[in-house]
Amino acid sequence: MKLLHRFNGGIHPPQHKTESTRLPILSAPIPEKLVIPLHQHIGTSAKPLVAAGDAVLKGQMIGKAEGYVSSSVHAPTSGKITAIGYEPAPHPSGLRDLCITLEPDGLDAWIERHPLDYLNMDPSSLRNRLRDAGVVGLGGAVFPSFIKLNPGSGKKIKTLVLNGAECEPYITCDDMLMRERADEIIAGAKIMRFMLHAEEVLIGIEDNKPEAIAAMRAALKEAPFEVIPVPTIYPGGGAKQLIRVLTGIEVPAGERSTDLGVQCFNVATALSVYRAIAHGEPVLSRIVTITGAVNKPRNYEALIGTPIDVLIRLAAPVKDSDGAIMGGPMMGFELPSTCVPLVKATNCIIVKSATLFPPAPQPMPCIRCGKCAESCPADLQPQELYWFSKAGNFGKAQEYALFDCIECGCCSYVCPSHIPLVQFYRYAKSEIWAQEREKKASDLARIRHELRVDRMEREKREKAERLAQKSAQARTQMNSEEET
Amino acid sequence: MIDAILVMSGLALFLGGVLGYASIRFHVQGNVLVEKIDAILPQTQCAQCGFPGCRPYAEAIADGRAQINQCPPGGDANIRKLADLLGVEFKPLNAKHGAPKPKSVAFIDENTCIGCTLCIQACPVDAISGAPKQMHTIIAQECTGCGLCVAPCPVDCIGMIPVPESISTWKWKQPDYLMGVA
Repeated sequence: MKLLHRFNGGIHPPQHKTESTRLPILSAPIPEKLVIPLHQHIGTSAKPLVAAGDAVLKGQMIGKAEGYVSSSVHAPTSGKITAIGYEPAPHPSGLRDLCITLEPDGLDAWIERHPLDYLNMDPSSLRNRLRDAGVVGLGGAVFPSFIKLNPGSGKKIKTLVLNGAECEPYITCDDMLMRERADEIIAGAKIMRFMLHAEEVLIGIEDNKPEAIAAMRAALKEAPFEVIPVPTIYPGGGAKQLIRVLTGIEVPAGERSTDLGVQCFNVATALSVYRAIAHGEPVLSRIVTITGAVNKPRNYEALIGTPIDVLIRLAAPVKDSDGAIMGGPMMGFELPSTCVPLVKATNCIIVKSATLFPPAPQPMPCIRCGKCAESCPADLQPQELYWFSKAGNFGKAQEYALFDCIECGCCSYVCPSHIPLVQFYRYAKSEIWAQEREKKASDLARIRHELRVDRMEREKREKAERLAQKSAQARTQMNSEEET
Repeated sequence: MIDAILVMSGLALFLGGVLGYASIRFHVQGNVLVEKIDAILPQTQCAQCGFPGCRPYAEAIADGRAQINQCPPGGDANIRKLADLLGVEFKPLNAKHGAPKPKSVAFIDENTCIGCTLCIQACPVDAISGAPKQMHTIIAQECTGCGLCVAPCPVDCIGMIPVPESISTWKWKQPDYLMGVA
């Protein structure tokens, strides 16, 4: 029995998980139209490889990774590209993003697939395969996985952590995946362990998922793999929190767990690594929980690009349903419209209704009770961050480690004055990023302007020198003429 | 008496030596204040302040020849930063120098451009590429939106297009709510 550690704070919100785990995962039908955003990952947007009118096969790359931190995008089924343009994206802003629209032909015809024998390959070519297969972190952060599987020279990864904690209420996609496809998750974990040369693989699952724990235990027989039930406490599924619970290692501010020999992946990511390497299949679909104010909550395996309103209709929304949240109730965001596509980050759709999510109570002044600090799993001082963010004192907020905030929302949840604390931190963070972008742009403009001023001065000087040389030449010529 | 004079002049000599050494050893190149002011200015180089660029304006502020409220692209936020830095009172933007405009990028209508190079000469950050009698174009990433290229164009083919908000530049808004009454 492994000795577990704990992190500060955390909360126990109502789970609402049983609603969507009664039925097995169902494959959602191929919709009439798929809208595939080119930017579904952290990093640079993928570059489109197709044109409107092109016929594509299932699994064909339609967007190529651009730059190092990027990932590819594929056609989830066979059909015809009807448009490449700006479409509404699943983003809190409601703004449009570059998307490829695909009209399925119903044949679902695969492109030629090339399985790899990973044991006889070097990790770098496996990483290239994952990059080309569009494998990104499916826990919600969608960071390109091949980068995390490259610890860098001289760094040793001792522990590979598989995250099956799934701590947020309502979300059950990882739970169902572990129950139904444990073998493939373990197979993916073996590939990851091979790539990282990790000594041990710890699979952390919250103890409110006994079926998933049993299924995963049944699927693995050999050491050094170990399934470890962890206490159910939100946000125990945060990467830093899970690493702390399992290994006792606290990742310091500004450092990554890689530097400390620990790497953490979501269980669904392990599965897509397995599909990409052992079957040559890129990420074309994902498991998504459709729950909340619906009559048939359950998990669906849906193609990337499926319109979210189509999925909601499958789950039969209740009469007074109104809008939806993408992600969980704690960290998710309200979709400005449900006519947006499902993306690799969409782990859960919670349909809203006034009875299920009554309007938030009126915020009251901060009474300095300190409950937020007690609940903060990142050991921050949320009340200080709130005052600084509200006053626009962003430098001070950064001094109080604003960027160590994981936006879990525990502080807002426990606040007796109902202050929307996390919203203030999000606001402060995006203001700081905007300021940094502006600073970068103005530094560039300064350099270019200085170079231009220097160049103009040099040109003026050279012109004057040329003139002086010419007149000196003319004078000597005149003098010599006079002499003769 | 003589002891006191000797001690005092000895001390004076020694301290003078230390100060003299320090002024050479710790000499600061350039004007630090100008650098700090220049770092706050937006570097659009638009000359709306009445000086030929951001740095000359920074020098003028440091010398007391200019007010801190002459920079429209920087807006009130920058005036506040300058006021903080210089320890002076905030004052609103002087409307004489123009009003703050949304961030824009110049755009050349390439069908109308005659390749006269006048805009290239006007651009303070070399953000226009082209050659005589060849079509010109704006390098959008380098354009600061100063608008200095608009006036010299003899065929009026340059327009300023506001930069639309995109997902990568979108910002969370400050939570806006009425405080409840206890």
